[in-house]
Amino acid sequence: MKPLQFHLSTLLPATLLAFSSIQQAQAENPIQFNRDIRPILSDNCYACHGPDASTREAELRLDVGEDAILDRGGYRAIDPGHPEKSELIARIVSEDHDLIMPPSEHGEPLSSEQITLLKQWIREGAVFESHWSFQPLADVTPPEQEKNEHPIDAFIAARLKEKGYQFSSQAEPRVLLKRLSFDLTGLPPNPEDVHTFEESHTAQDYEKWVEKLLASPHYGERMAMYWLDLVRYADSLGYHGDQERSVSPYRDYVIRAFNENKPFDQFTIEQLAGDLLPNPTLEQKVASTYNRLNRASGEGGVQPKEYLAKYAADRVRTLGTVWLGTTVGCAECHDHKFDPYSIKDFYSFAAFFADIKELGIVSGARHIEQLPVPTPEQKDQQDNLKSKVAAAEQEYQKESPELQKAFENWQAQSLEEADLWDNLSPTSATSQGGATLTIDDEGTILASGKSPDKDVYQIVVPLEQSLTPMTALRIEILPDDTLPNKGPGRAGNGNFVVNAINASINGKSVKWSRSFASHSQQSFPAENLAENQKGWAILPQTGQRNHVVLVIENPGQFASEKDSELVIEIIQNHGTSHTLGKFRFSATSSEKLSDKLSFPEASILALLKSEERNSAESQEKLLAYFRQQTPLLKTERDSLNQLRKELTRLEASILTTLATKATDPREMRVLPRGDWMNDSGEIVTPSVPKFLTPVVEKSERLNRLDLANWLVDARNPLVARTFVNRIWMLFFGQGLSPNVDDLGAQGQSPSHPELLDWLAQEFIESGWDVKHLVKLIVTSQTYRQQSQATPELRKQDPFNRLYARQSRWRLDAEMIRDNALAISGLLDLDVGGPSVKPYQPAGYWAQLNFPKRTYQASAGEGQYRRGVYTHWQRTFLHPSLLAFDAPAREECTARRERSNTPIQALVLLNDPTYVEAARVFAQKILQTEITSETERLDWAWNQALARSISDEEQSVVLAQLHEAKTYYEQHPEAAAQVVQVGLAPVPTEISPLDIATWMTATRILLNLQETITRY
Amino acid sequence: MIDYQAQQLAALQQNRRSFIKHTGAGIGGIALHAMLAADQNSAHASQLTKGHLKTLHYPQRVKRMIHLCMAGGPSHLETLDDKPTLRAKHGEPMPESLTKGQQIAQLQGRALNCFAPQFEFKKFGASGQSISELFPQIGSVADDICIIRSMHTDQINHDPAHTLFNTGSGNSGRPSMGAWLLYGLGQETENLPGYVVLTSVGKGGQAQPIAARQWHSGFLPSRYQGVQFHASGAPVLYLNRPEGVPMSQQESLVGSINQLNRQFDSVVDDPEIATRIQQYEMAFRMQSSVPELMDLSGETKQTFEQYGTQGGDGTYASNCLLARRLIEKGVRFVQLYHRAWDHHGGIKRSMEITADEVDRATAALISDLKERGLLDETLVVWSGEFGRTPMAQGSGRDHHIKGFSMFMAGGGVKPGISYGNTDEFGYNAVENPVHVRDFHATMLRLFGIDHHKLTYKFQGLDFKLTGVEEAHVVEEILT
Repeated sequence: MKPLQFHLSTLLPATLLAFSSIQQAQAENPIQFNRDIRPILSDNCYACHGPDASTREAELRLDVGEDAILDRGGYRAIDPGHPEKSELIARIVSEDHDLIMPPSEHGEPLSSEQITLLKQWIREGAVFESHWSFQPLADVTPPEQEKNEHPIDAFIAARLKEKGYQFSSQAEPRVLLKRLSFDLTGLPPNPEDVHTFEESHTAQDYEKWVEKLLASPHYGERMAMYWLDLVRYADSLGYHGDQERSVSPYRDYVIRAFNENKPFDQFTIEQLAGDLLPNPTLEQKVASTYNRLNRASGEGGVQPKEYLAKYAADRVRTLGTVWLGTTVGCAECHDHKFDPYSIKDFYSFAAFFADIKELGIVSGARHIEQLPVPTPEQKDQQDNLKSKVAAAEQEYQKESPELQKAFENWQAQSLEEADLWDNLSPTSATSQGGATLTIDDEGTILASGKSPDKDVYQIVVPLEQSLTPMTALRIEILPDDTLPNKGPGRAGNGNFVVNAINASINGKSVKWSRSFASHSQQSFPAENLAENQKGWAILPQTGQRNHVVLVIENPGQFASEKDSELVIEIIQNHGTSHTLGKFRFSATSSEKLSDKLSFPEASILALLKSEERNSAESQEKLLAYFRQQTPLLKTERDSLNQLRKELTRLEASILTTLATKATDPREMRVLPRGDWMNDSGEIVTPSVPKFLTPVVEKSERLNRLDLANWLVDARNPLVARTFVNRIWMLFFGQGLSPNVDDLGAQGQSPSHPELLDWLAQEFIESGWDVKHLVKLIVTSQTYRQQSQATPELRKQDPFNRLYARQSRWRLDAEMIRDNALAISGLLDLDVGGPSVKPYQPAGYWAQLNFPKRTYQASAGEGQYRRGVYTHWQRTFLHPSLLAFDAPAREECTARRERSNTPIQALVLLNDPTYVEAARVFAQKILQTEITSETERLDWAWNQALARSISDEEQSVVLAQLHEAKTYYEQHPEAAAQVVQVGLAPVPTEISPLDIATWMTATRILLNLQETITRY
Repeated sequence: MIDYQAQQLAALQQNRRSFIKHTGAGIGGIALHAMLAADQNSAHASQLTKGHLKTLHYPQRVKRMIHLCMAGGPSHLETLDDKPTLRAKHGEPMPESLTKGQQIAQLQGRALNCFAPQFEFKKFGASGQSISELFPQIGSVADDICIIRSMHTDQINHDPAHTLFNTGSGNSGRPSMGAWLLYGLGQETENLPGYVVLTSVGKGGQAQPIAARQWHSGFLPSRYQGVQFHASGAPVLYLNRPEGVPMSQQESLVGSINQLNRQFDSVVDDPEIATRIQQYEMAFRMQSSVPELMDLSGETKQTFEQYGTQGGDGTYASNCLLARRLIEKGVRFVQLYHRAWDHHGGIKRSMEITADEVDRATAALISDLKERGLLDETLVVWSGEFGRTPMAQGSGRDHHIKGFSMFMAGGGVKPGISYGNTDEFGYNAVENPVHVRDFHATMLRLFGIDHHKLTYKFQGLDFKLTGVEEAHVVEEILT
């Protein structure tokens, strides 16, 4: 054994210090390897003598029994039964600086208690156990129960008895119902409900409440709050520009799944592999968005291969923490130091996800794959519209002799007229406003560059002698991809307004006798061009070709024997860039002009003139084109276009989510030391660690569905243990094994291992029934105890690992918000929908870029939705939630911090959300029938805390009210100011003075420790 | 976690008074007791909140740090690392021996040609340090600074590179340097957070996005996280009272809240309440201490000239002045982000603008601290998250991680020296390479901390700032 890299903290965390005292107490019993010995070896020895082959010293493993007791040429590290002959003991007690273990530069010597334990263990035979959480679930029956005793209580009571304690009394009904309500729905109970429960709180009454709250749609929201932390659900990418992405349908799936009590095995399968199920439903596809929740980058210089490796590792870390409850992520760079996960295991897990269609660099439209998720109403509308479109299409395509005749006429006329018009080739095109006008070979003019609000274009065109006297000018208006909304105009919607077209030939002004167009916007007819300055525009036909014809009055005066020069001025005064984007001119000297001119586009004209004209294919093309033009089909065409537009609009409004789409799996290699540039590692295929339950045997490559099925295989002990342990945490504040994110060797053993296994078994046998599990827990006496600890208990069992009482904790960030809004009456209780944006200090997003963003707080009901619906911007999470320890969700979070900071005080005192809630709450007080100050206070206390105000409290608050009243009487302008906070309307029948005064009472209430704590 | 306070109570085996002292610390671990003391003298307050290190491992050379974070990645080739060879080979292909198989950001798949340094270098000070003509003022403090020309890092994109520079890992979820320092050493301020962040944007290039993660406490308790001060609006989020509520009303409101909480404590006996009360008092006091800090009216005309700012405008220069004021109050860690150094194109003009924005104020900060006798116990660090390629990206340079420069000044750092070198192209750090984690180890050493021994247990592992790879203190630059 020689010293190697090894770090033992000189600062033992509080939890370990206190745990050691429990260990001592346990040492009176026979030694158990997992309970007593493994923590010592794992903490002090496994870094060099554990599972990681690359750092293993002296070829000695102390995590594998056979290896530890091996004869090493005359001595053994561990000689079962003989501590005095065991080298391990000799080394941990050695006083020789070169020999002592752990090496002095890497860790403190073991304590005498630890040494005693190790000696005793070796003396008793040095029995190794595999790590507890990897062992199959034990077949446990609850300890002997008293009549009607709850099985959970039987386990807890047995330990309590052993330690000489007993359950605390049941919490008072008010406290119990509040606790239950927050724990199951994240919301406070109605004061009336508390009153009813106080009147009658038998076990049956209590159970009814449990049933009622479990059936509440808000139960799913509460459970989702926690699940979303685990799976790191967020509304933005998380790297660099932290651009938004749409995944809220997944959030709603989670809420629905808990509300409908979807069995947890099904829940698991749908998230990991919903897309791979046979004929997956939309809901199952949405569930598989789980696989796309990882952070992703849209930064310009991203090397896709590097980021694909990051995303892959992220998924394995999350899988490991969410379902296996272990830190598989440690094996990204090397074999796990403490648990038997190898680096190959890590990349073999990653290989399961190698089929997911994605790109290393994400940007805008390239963010694949989007899945539309219509609401049921939208789906109905969509189906309805689709069938209407089909019907309208049929109408539009109908045939009739009349139509056929018109078609033939049109062909003849077009041919005839086509010859009348000559394309003009301008020699110059200039913009007074500074736009760039480019003329191409065919005389087409395209505007680009600067886009002035108003503009005048001047175009100079040589006219050949054959065109004189010119009788009419035609302008074709053309769409182009470079123009907004495809043009043909430069306004944001693709429109333009041409107010007038002035022309002169050889310096002599032209007057128009009339003008007409293939299409005109309502109120902007082409006729205007010849008559007044109102102008011609083309909504809604943006992105389409159109044309206008201007007929010259008295053309004879322009006759010339030479070539002439035509100068055209296009006046565009409408503003906001309503200017032409793309257009070209043609002219005619014919006098046979009718208003029913048709101007087929160039390709159609070419077809008309070609010899193929009468072939079936050509005729079909021509007819299709004709249908688009002919006035005969105007009604049918308009109605079809209208319906298509409605369908497009509806489809654009449908929320999307990032979909998981399986493609050919990418090659997955072991990346030595996690280095994505290193291609020397072996290629791996999907598989699971050998030391765990075997996976299904298949000849073809395993996929995510196999992985999901493996997780929820009843023989796999980790998933149920992990989940049950966390559900326990939601109701007791800590897991039975306190490290809810690590059930591996470095986690703490469960305080009640039998109970954990029994619950896990019960959970599986119930069909992974989450509500059953929750109900089981909250109906126990253990849960219903009061949370007050006697000084004796607090001293002897500071972590409450014996459960001789309940625990108490500050509410989660979202619940603090929900509670304040609920008390004030502002809370919107709708379930599901896109994320919303509560008030946020201006400038908080100033550090975001690509693009820069201005935060727009939601209006209306959106402002008062539950915290679970808050827009989750990873790099700048809403500061009010962040202050109360909501995680950024960049990585999986299994347990939130519960801090107590001045920033929290500032939030509750000054955040407009809470000030507005206080205002609306004050209004509510003033709108009751009650008029006396003291009765009003009592009513308010009942609303907020479900109890009466005490005399001491009353005197403090009354003094505060009077002080405020005096101030606001003298400063009515301040009162008028303070009631302006927030979007909620201020009732006109109440004076600002009263509201401002009573806001002091309600602000006090919303700031109290009692208000933000679950007791 | 449930009964967290109770656990701490038992673990610390201390009386209630010191329990509050240890657990109640708030934003960035603000001192809690002495809450009502009016004395803001930082020297007097030095023992107020202890850190988790009971003893230091080395003599403490500095107590505080200012990190001037040049976000975007300033080019070392135009600032601190003169490369005549690169200048001579302008336009020629870079030697493939250097570039082959190396990571590349935006130049992926493009020709890699040498791009001459766009500015001349000069010798400054008695030490004759070689510094770009862009930095005449920084040049004027050349004898006070230690330049490292052999930095290298692992992350080639901004976001993970910043994360690595701040937390030692490109993954998120780890504590930043400032949080580690507060956790280890505690803090000395009564009225201000122990870790303050200021940001500015420049006119020479796109503003680099910076995630709040960069000053987060990761898995450390959130009271150790940095608190961002803002130039406009409330200087600290939610610091301003609701409109129409005067200071007097707010004060008595906080008094009433605390009184009611105290009364409730006598009913439920909840140790958390005592902490909550202290936090409300702290919050209330911040409503005056922070605006006081931000109010520069007491500064002299000469100071404003020295920094080149009138203050209060959110510029880098103004933030430098605020940094000095924060350091005076005993704030442990001040981080300034100037988000203007990502010069993929037009590097010549952009560098002129951006260098001008930071040159005078950076030098002023160092000399001001020195004149006030604070530089001896302060560490000032000027660095980006990486450097830029010797290769052209049009008229600019791409991200580069194999070699870049930074400089430091302050207690325990040898002044007027340069350390390490890149090759003749400025590509690889070849002489005395210093990885970011070596910088972390060195920085901790200056605070008296052995980087192996500042650890925190999370998910069963002892995490530390320098991570799992070996890190070395750069002994050669220490006095």
